[in-house]
Amino acid sequence: MLIKFIFLYFPIIFCRFSYFFRSYIKEFCTFGSQKVENLQLIKSLINKLIINIVNKINPQENYESSQKAIGYVSRKEARQSDYDRIGFTSGLEVHQQLKTDHKLFCRCSAGVFQKPEQYDAELFRHMRPTLSEMGEYDGTALMEFKTKKNIIYRIDNKTACTYDVDDTPPFPINPQALQYALEVALASKLNIVGEVHITRKQYLDGSIPAGFQRTAILGIEGEIPLKNKKVRLIQLSIEEDACREVSDIGHTRVYRTDRLGMPLIETVTYPEMVNPDELKEACDYIRFLNRSTGRVRTGIGAGREDVNVSCTGGTRIEIKGVAHTKWIPELSHVECFRQWALLAIKDQLNKRTDKNTWACKAIELNPKDFNFYYTPIVEAIKRGEKLYAVNLPHFAGMLSHFTQPGRPFYDEFAGRLKVIACLEKPNMATNEDLDDVVSSHIFDKIQQLLNAGENDAQILFWAPEADVPTALEVIEERAKMAFDGVPKETRKSMPDGTTIFERVLPGADRMYPDTDSAPIPLENDYIEQLRKNIPEAVADRYKQMVEWHIPTDTYNYIFTHNYYPLIKKIATELDMCPKYIGVFFGQKLKYLHGQYKNIPFDVNRIYDLFAYLKAQNIDKSIAYNMLKVMFEHPEKDFEGILKTLDFKRINKEEVVKQIPSLQQAFSPARKDTTNTDKINSIMGRLRNISLGNICLNELSQEISKH
Amino acid sequence: MSEENFQGYKKEALETLKKYNAHVWDNAEIDTTRGHFSGKILPRAENTDSKHIVVKVITGYNIGIDVDTITDIKSHAVPQPKFQIPEKEFPYTKGFPHVKLLGTGGTIASRLDYRTGAVIPAFSPGELYGAVPELADICNLDTEKIFAVFSENMSPKEYIALANKIGEEAKNGIDGIVIGHGTDTLAHTATALTYMCQNLPMPVILVGSQRSSDRPSSDAALNLMHAMTAAGHGDIAEVLVCMFGPTSDEYGFLHRGTRVRKMHSSYRSTFRTIGDTPVATVNRKDGVCPIKEEYNHRRKHGERKVELITNLEDYKASIARNDHNTMRLVPTFDDRVAILYYYPGMKPDVVESLIERGYKGIVWNGTGLGHVNKGMFDVIQKATEAGIHQYMSVQTIWGYTHMFVYDTGRDLMARGIIPASNMLAESAYIKLGWALGLTHDREEVKKLMLTPINSEITPREPYNGYLVYQGGTPEVEEFIKKVHK
Repeated sequence: MLIKFIFLYFPIIFCRFSYFFRSYIKEFCTFGSQKVENLQLIKSLINKLIINIVNKINPQENYESSQKAIGYVSRKEARQSDYDRIGFTSGLEVHQQLKTDHKLFCRCSAGVFQKPEQYDAELFRHMRPTLSEMGEYDGTALMEFKTKKNIIYRIDNKTACTYDVDDTPPFPINPQALQYALEVALASKLNIVGEVHITRKQYLDGSIPAGFQRTAILGIEGEIPLKNKKVRLIQLSIEEDACREVSDIGHTRVYRTDRLGMPLIETVTYPEMVNPDELKEACDYIRFLNRSTGRVRTGIGAGREDVNVSCTGGTRIEIKGVAHTKWIPELSHVECFRQWALLAIKDQLNKRTDKNTWACKAIELNPKDFNFYYTPIVEAIKRGEKLYAVNLPHFAGMLSHFTQPGRPFYDEFAGRLKVIACLEKPNMATNEDLDDVVSSHIFDKIQQLLNAGENDAQILFWAPEADVPTALEVIEERAKMAFDGVPKETRKSMPDGTTIFERVLPGADRMYPDTDSAPIPLENDYIEQLRKNIPEAVADRYKQMVEWHIPTDTYNYIFTHNYYPLIKKIATELDMCPKYIGVFFGQKLKYLHGQYKNIPFDVNRIYDLFAYLKAQNIDKSIAYNMLKVMFEHPEKDFEGILKTLDFKRINKEEVVKQIPSLQQAFSPARKDTTNTDKINSIMGRLRNISLGNICLNELSQEISKH
Repeated sequence: MSEENFQGYKKEALETLKKYNAHVWDNAEIDTTRGHFSGKILPRAENTDSKHIVVKVITGYNIGIDVDTITDIKSHAVPQPKFQIPEKEFPYTKGFPHVKLLGTGGTIASRLDYRTGAVIPAFSPGELYGAVPELADICNLDTEKIFAVFSENMSPKEYIALANKIGEEAKNGIDGIVIGHGTDTLAHTATALTYMCQNLPMPVILVGSQRSSDRPSSDAALNLMHAMTAAGHGDIAEVLVCMFGPTSDEYGFLHRGTRVRKMHSSYRSTFRTIGDTPVATVNRKDGVCPIKEEYNHRRKHGERKVELITNLEDYKASIARNDHNTMRLVPTFDDRVAILYYYPGMKPDVVESLIERGYKGIVWNGTGLGHVNKGMFDVIQKATEAGIHQYMSVQTIWGYTHMFVYDTGRDLMARGIIPASNMLAESAYIKLGWALGLTHDREEVKKLMLTPINSEITPREPYNGYLVYQGGTPEVEEFIKKVHK
């Protein structure tokens, strides 16, 4: 028992003690600044002593203390002062598909989708980096080439043609798409270009079979009003959508080609948002603006956002393809602090050593010399993969340094190994893993083999032999980047608000004029004609709804579905109370939409409903019950619906006549019954016969009168 | 101000630039009635209108600004960017075959030309190595630009220059030749070189690309690697066209120059051998894998002899000698030859004008088994009498002429038309021009025409020589789904 205690708990206790001891020395050092030099010596001696005895960092504690050291606060706790402290800056690229019949540069149907396993043919391609018109290779391009990905496209005959797979040059741009996009550009108050030039924007991940996306600017320099400020827009472009990924395993990535080539607009803001909530507000505004034109597609995948974030001293990091706006605040918050953490790592590393002389050392391990129990390693060995250990001098305490909640710094290496070297996760372990997947005894041995110093950290990775050189390069490259702070890259959003490495951030070098298509002039008359279709600004609609006293909690739903024009139409043409109609849409319709999620419903029938009630002189109090039946029995006409509801016309006076007898019959259930209880009770009794015959407010007043 | 500063701008646009003292490559702030724009003024492509100024905005996009809307331009000059393809020295590897790449103007590697908005080819070994470094793992490379013409501008003059160059390189002991060529008339050049360069000691591979190399999905690099492999390591010493097998990046086909045809205006896998299978496939892993058993083998040892032949007597003597080690270089061509594609309602005056203008040969492209309508009979007779050599090929692309089946065929033959068996019309046209370069004797020309040099006429059509399946049927759809297209 005692032996067990000593062996099991002593290291832990000692480890804790050593942390305590070190922090004590740290305090002592800072306390007596004159004696710092002597103390430094003592400190380093003791440090060495501790490391020699224990030679371990407690990763969990290191992760937590580094999180604290950089001043990380959760989004709930964060105040503007926190964002000001780290210099939160953010901009947006909001993508929205256009509601066109066909794709942008071919005549395939738009908006018809295929299931991952549903395809008629497959084809196989590689992407090669090309020279830009400035004669340079793009950084991303070279990285993508390094990955040597085999790209497979799954083609469904109904949704893709030879244009989509880059075997036919583009057809003239879809005029319907151009018109819709111009309408949104005009609504965004952008300066419309005189001539549209189709540009090729390179993507070497294979998401577009041509290796580039055809895109063109329609307008530049606009602005949108937020509650407290105006945010400027850089530009709006029209572009073709990319393939949807089916899988990405090892060296093979599979795409389906249904979404490919669908017309899309992209609205880009200046980086002027200074906190996550403002960012979401801007995003919602642009979304609502797009939707206000009635020209855009909605639903899953129809709108996607790229969020650009940087902190002071950081760099513009692009979080790609955020599918839900509600994720934006958390993602941008976490990203900004990730950059802040990387800057802290940068400072520490540069204090420890000089980047220019820094080099890592790698050795191949013989699996027979170790007793691995970690399943991914055991299986990799079975597959005949190679096992390598890399020593990162002066990186002790860095690998487990906090970067994002649940993701220490070593996650950055793992992400790049997956994307660039094509090593499926888990693809590595470190001596600072939060969850000890490889025991410390093994790392002790590895450290000896690598002749590692006390301030070093180690990464262990496994890979097919052919991928080892790239993997080693990736590790060295990422480690060196740590000395510079935040590497330029695009990142992929995770539902928990964190991000993972996606690609190196492409430069302007990847833009190429499209030699396959001629410029398209935009005549003034045409633009002025389109201007007439432009709806009022979302901000003005907002103001109008406030004036109408429509409760603000309904606005999100109304703007999301662009119901404002219909509300306005019903209110004005049928002379109805806008507040009532607003609530009818924003609360009643919303509730039923939730209840009958998958039932297609034509909202324009709501106009017909109120028009019918008005024409038939039936009170609108029955409208909600009728709406419910409209969802349940879409085939029924209004007369049929009324029959279903068992509606009988009764004179208003007939209803009112019943009040006195009901009043007399009212017997209070409780001692302290109020008049309201009485009214409610009588209302309840009369409700069914009243609906459609008398306004319920009026009925309530009648009851009070008696 | 040099003229260059307004590159491509005309009329109103040019005047506007001059008015505000703005030039191409300037950074400009432009006020217009549609708002403010800023960016770099770019040259304008030549065949576009004169109403817009092209500007590259900060995000890298180009836009056009209508000059009628411009109210002010403030600009300042910045140095003009230089465009070049990174050039690296092509590494020499001992023991690797020596391949010569001859350039004709096709786009193997390229960059953009602002003037036309088109792409400019890169060509030197250094440039190619910069663009396709894998080439250094295949062979040692030397390049020479013979001429720079677009594929559609290739003519007999260029065929002869190429043939002479091949003869020279063959004599010098080169291991293989690759010719970069635009794809539109690649097959014409390939068939011409087959007649002009006979009994080759080494492979001559013609290669092009269907997607220019300024695109990441270009087929250029892979085609070039396949061509270099076939030229440097392949055993098939013939004039071959090397282009994509499927549209997928998987393998290339080696087609005989006389039987190959471009069959799709834009597909990567556009080249197909007609009436037969390709000679071989080629890929980077397995190299050249012959499909056909019989072909002219590379001559690895012995002296490289090249015999220059420019008249029929020498040609006949050389054929009679049948010297295995001697390449016959026959760079002759009479370009007074035309192809006539017959269509219902064709009028005799088309042929009349050829007779009047002194044409010496007509390759007819007739319907079905090789027919034209009766209305043409007289003029055909007249052409024959005028000494014009007339041959019949088929519009159906696949199949043989069979002019004994119907009266029409017999009537046509009686008037001097000679059936060209299953020669492709393009192949027959080139061969007739080549043969007429040697002789105008009716019987001798006929002998030359009907004696195949390398499969331009094949004695039989194998069952898998005609494959045009129709999509939509279950068995074809099943097949398409199973293999990469």
